[in-house]
Amino acid sequence: MKNILQFLEKSAIMHPDKILFADADKSVSYAEFLETAQAIGSAIAGMGLRNRPVAVLMPRCVEALSAMMGVVYSGNFYVVIDSEMPQVRVEKIFQTLQPAAVLLPREWQEARSAWAPEIPFLAYEACALSTVDCALLEQIRRSMVDTDPLYALFTSGSTGNPKGAVLSHKNVIAYSKWFTETFGITENTVFANQTPFYFSMSVSDVFGTMRAGATLHIIPKSLFSFPVKLIEFLNQRMVNTIYWVPSALCIVANWKVLDYVMPAHLKKILFAGEVMPVRQLNYWMDKLPDAMFANLFGPTETTDICTYYVVDRRFDNTDTLPIGKACDNCDVFIIGEDGREVPPGTEGELYVRGPFVGMGYYNDPEKTASAFVQNPLQSSYPERVYKTGDLVRENDRGELLYISRKDFQIKHMGYRIELSEIEAAAGAIPEITICAAVYDGERDRILLIYQGKRLKDAFLCQTLAQRLPAYMMPTHFIRVKAMPYNQNGKIDRAWLGKNYAALESESAPNPVS
Amino acid sequence: MEELLEILENLKPGVDFPAQTDLIEDHILDSMSVVMLVGELNDAFDIEITPVDVVPENFKTVDAIYAMIQRLSDD
Repeated sequence: MKNILQFLEKSAIMHPDKILFADADKSVSYAEFLETAQAIGSAIAGMGLRNRPVAVLMPRCVEALSAMMGVVYSGNFYVVIDSEMPQVRVEKIFQTLQPAAVLLPREWQEARSAWAPEIPFLAYEACALSTVDCALLEQIRRSMVDTDPLYALFTSGSTGNPKGAVLSHKNVIAYSKWFTETFGITENTVFANQTPFYFSMSVSDVFGTMRAGATLHIIPKSLFSFPVKLIEFLNQRMVNTIYWVPSALCIVANWKVLDYVMPAHLKKILFAGEVMPVRQLNYWMDKLPDAMFANLFGPTETTDICTYYVVDRRFDNTDTLPIGKACDNCDVFIIGEDGREVPPGTEGELYVRGPFVGMGYYNDPEKTASAFVQNPLQSSYPERVYKTGDLVRENDRGELLYISRKDFQIKHMGYRIELSEIEAAAGAIPEITICAAVYDGERDRILLIYQGKRLKDAFLCQTLAQRLPAYMMPTHFIRVKAMPYNQNGKIDRAWLGKNYAALESESAPNPVS
Repeated sequence: MEELLEILENLKPGVDFPAQTDLIEDHILDSMSVVMLVGELNDAFDIEITPVDVVPENFKTVDAIYAMIQRLSDD
């Protein structure tokens, strides 16, 4: 196996008429999907470019997936761009990426092509109707190797300049092997996809589906506003496996939706992308005691995940869920400030090595060199490992615990503090639906931003004082009507960090109850 | 009704709510604003909107929202 499309081709031979992908309005079989992807691939391949980025600017639907795999057939790699992203940010990405072409729906072609007049903007509909050039596609396949790039994913850099992690066929072949084997993803699996295709988590369900010969249903975003409808959708589509961000699972738990309607077929609930609050996890586990729950952890740069924990015991609402141990065919180790491996139980930075580790950042040798480094534990042969920037430590069961981002850890009153610990303590208060702790560096104080019933500051102080040392106590509490979420559906901490002052003045002078 | 319109206009300033025929399909109320709106309505009208009430039909138009409030206030 050297090319990810071989999984698709194999599954298409075994069950050509089975539904591969479906969205709200339409569905496509393995055979139909294969043909469309090959047509798109032939159209792009005709331009004569190899191993170049092709941007996919499409809404989240079945056609977006055909466009992505079409690009792969052409011998190039795809870069999915959020179709709702403002022009300025797309232009920034294009400056770094210099895409060879952009694939988009015909109705957007005219307006969007003005964004970058030097790049060809190709209408998806026209490409999909091209004739499949089997000889050309075969020739491309022969010349390809498994270390060729498969896709690049842009994430926001701390400087505000987006960086594009490049992942190869080999990365996804190794990663999807672990994913499908560990969670028993087979042709009987029916996924309901929550995460956008420009987010690394979708790599797991999309390629896991293709590899196992499974089926994936794309959930319309609007259903997360109407949680009963969401569960009804899962039931209509006979969904048995989900891999969502915790915020999406929390919507269901916070509304107590499972008190009203149960997901009848759901057997596996996987999550990643942010910390899963235990109170909401417990709600799910009480309702679905026989289901498998797993916490997955990892950055875009290690394909999606590097460690995982299958929940094997119950946790108190104030506990933090472990991130477990390294995935098979992936190795992790913890490096302390002295550049050496830490003794068990000591915190340090998580490093990852093995075939899940991506190729680097596109057109960015500097950022690549600072994160993809020689293995600090040996200097005898070249071995590139990935420095995650995440602080972790091992518990006495040998499971890894996530502490925080290295650059999120704060110093307050001389103590090193993890904001996530404060969030775990506050999140256990039943009246609080969801919360985020924010550090105001200028004034050296901790703020707690929460959504839920309005609570008296005195009550919050009293309750938290039973769970947190004095130096970790938030001094300001801000109730928001709705927690802000970013485009991936995670709590928007960057926004909170910049806007807490405005929130504070908004929520303070409120004499009504 | 006036109170409802005031809440909606605070939520999304500049929208002519009574003129709208489908607040959901036209993306005027997204998932965030539905959560916020439910909180506001619960507080303002002293009702309890449960998940079974949170369906597109009850949030499609101002009249639909108003009808839901009326129904829940009677309970």
